[in-house]
Amino acid sequence: MGSGMNVNIAAADTAAATGSQPFWRRAMGHRSFVLGGVLSLLLVLAAALSLVWTPWSPYEMNLPGKLQPPTAQHWLGTDAFGRDVASLLLVGARNSILVGVIAVSIGLIIGTSLGLLASARRGWVEELIMRLSDFTFAFPAILSAIMMTAVFGAGIVNSIIAIGIFNIPTFARITRASANAIWSREFVLAARACGKGPWSITMDHVLPNILSVLTVQVTIRFAIAILAEAALSYLGLGTQPPQPSWGRMLAEAQTLLFQAPLLAVFPGVAIALAVLGLNLLGDGLRDLMDPRLARKR
Amino acid sequence: MLEVSDLSVRLQTQRGPAYAIRHVSFGLQSGDTLGLVGESGCGKSITAMALLGLLPENAEVTGSIRFDGQELVGQNDAVLRRLRGNRIGMIFQEPMTALNPVHTIGDQVAEPLRLHRGVGRDEARTQTIRLLERVGIHNAAGRIDAYPHQFSGGQRQRITIAMALACEPDILIADEPTTALDVTIQGQILDLIHDLVLERSMALILISHDLGVIAQNVERMLVMYGGSVVESGATRRVFGHMAHPYTRGLFGARPRLGAPAGTRLTTIDGTVPELVDLPSGCAFADRCAWAQPPCFTTRPPAETVDAGHEASCLRLAAVLAQDAA
Repeated sequence: MGSGMNVNIAAADTAAATGSQPFWRRAMGHRSFVLGGVLSLLLVLAAALSLVWTPWSPYEMNLPGKLQPPTAQHWLGTDAFGRDVASLLLVGARNSILVGVIAVSIGLIIGTSLGLLASARRGWVEELIMRLSDFTFAFPAILSAIMMTAVFGAGIVNSIIAIGIFNIPTFARITRASANAIWSREFVLAARACGKGPWSITMDHVLPNILSVLTVQVTIRFAIAILAEAALSYLGLGTQPPQPSWGRMLAEAQTLLFQAPLLAVFPGVAIALAVLGLNLLGDGLRDLMDPRLARKR
Repeated sequence: MLEVSDLSVRLQTQRGPAYAIRHVSFGLQSGDTLGLVGESGCGKSITAMALLGLLPENAEVTGSIRFDGQELVGQNDAVLRRLRGNRIGMIFQEPMTALNPVHTIGDQVAEPLRLHRGVGRDEARTQTIRLLERVGIHNAAGRIDAYPHQFSGGQRQRITIAMALACEPDILIADEPTTALDVTIQGQILDLIHDLVLERSMALILISHDLGVIAQNVERMLVMYGGSVVESGATRRVFGHMAHPYTRGLFGARPRLGAPAGTRLTTIDGTVPELVDLPSGCAFADRCAWAQPPCFTTRPPAETVDAGHEASCLRLAAVLAQDAA
């Protein structure tokens, strides 16, 4: 009798679990996730396309044909050197993604490791790591990046490193805070009671449970990195000519704002859409990965 | 096999040092079943955690825990880790949270096997299925790759039991294993634990605030109050002749079937003392109707009530004399 009841309970539970909607079904119904996903995908596709094909060479100057409005040959017109704006934007997307991926990876890998270490060791290790990240936080990131590129030289590599370094404390803090919450959970105690050490608990129990938080943070920091690269390039400290960059296109268009206002609009819109898309994607992921919303009880 | 003597745990709190447990002593042979009973905050769980070496970092342990002759107090973590989950298994109160939601139950049950026994993946899987079947998970082979949220509370507790038993420990510690479960499931889980303890001749330490659970499942019991053992002995004897005023109060406070409608439960006046400002004498003195001035200043020694049954009360003679009268 007792065991028969158990089977029924088990069957009901399994049905409830499989009855809840799968991740992709829910994702497709989430408006900001879909919009953000589409915009982010467009960014990636633009960058990928530029690797194999651009309407014109982004480096080819044509002074007689400068500052053209959008035409059939030049869909988005030409800039002050007669370069095709559409091609520049496509290649610029590649640049933005490169900066985003590397700068966020630096922050993610180093910051998350430090956060996990702080959380697993506690005591003075945690204190040291957290005070160091407070120290880094105390400086406005973009100013420090300007300072670093001024000292070590302007250029894409230095600006990527500068942006990346300022991602480290962000990830370290978020990781530590989320990891500390996991460490106080009973399943971690159960794992310790099974004889697991701090290192394997970190890898098997803590990290998998904070991945959703980190994923959301990655998209948000990615957007911020793109913005930071644009700002540095706008100031002439980031990507150097002739390598196309949205930020530098904006800076070059500034002087011609009254002759060719569209020149500033196109890169501006590109930056805005890329950042908007990544932020929406991050928001959507946060909602979708929240287990309280995901799993109907 | 396990010999705990004069074990005290002091926690550093913001309000100063607090003794979570004081001078706890007991021994355990294989096959023994021991119950720890008392209300919340009396030190039951801390005692269990001390045995596993899983106390918070601000805890200071004195006294001795000898396991097969090896001293565990002050032992480094690497040595203790080899015992945990291997020679000493533990079951927790909340089966809902004692399993990691992101791993399959199979992986979690197999974990101690792979960790302590170095068992390979396939072999661990076979053993895990056998374990799950033993603890009463139906169709274990088909459900080994399911996640914890796909199981009910009672089944999850069965899974955590399988996890604790994976390495066939010598001692099983069950900390309120049925408190979070439905009453209908409680009996099944306790029966399961009881059968497993017999079958594997393990020693069992059962922690509970429920006198009924203790009475039915263990041969020996310790009644704890304010971090101290106030009464101990064979379960039958303790229930047959409760000696300590606190044990009597605890027993009087339980609801009874068949009592006339409207019967009020007896309560123990006052509240559990804060561990920070425990009196230097008997922890229960503040709430005890029998208390006299020496009770507040002198720590009562354990005195024999009858063979194998002790109580720590300065007024023991007076309390027992009243029974006789």
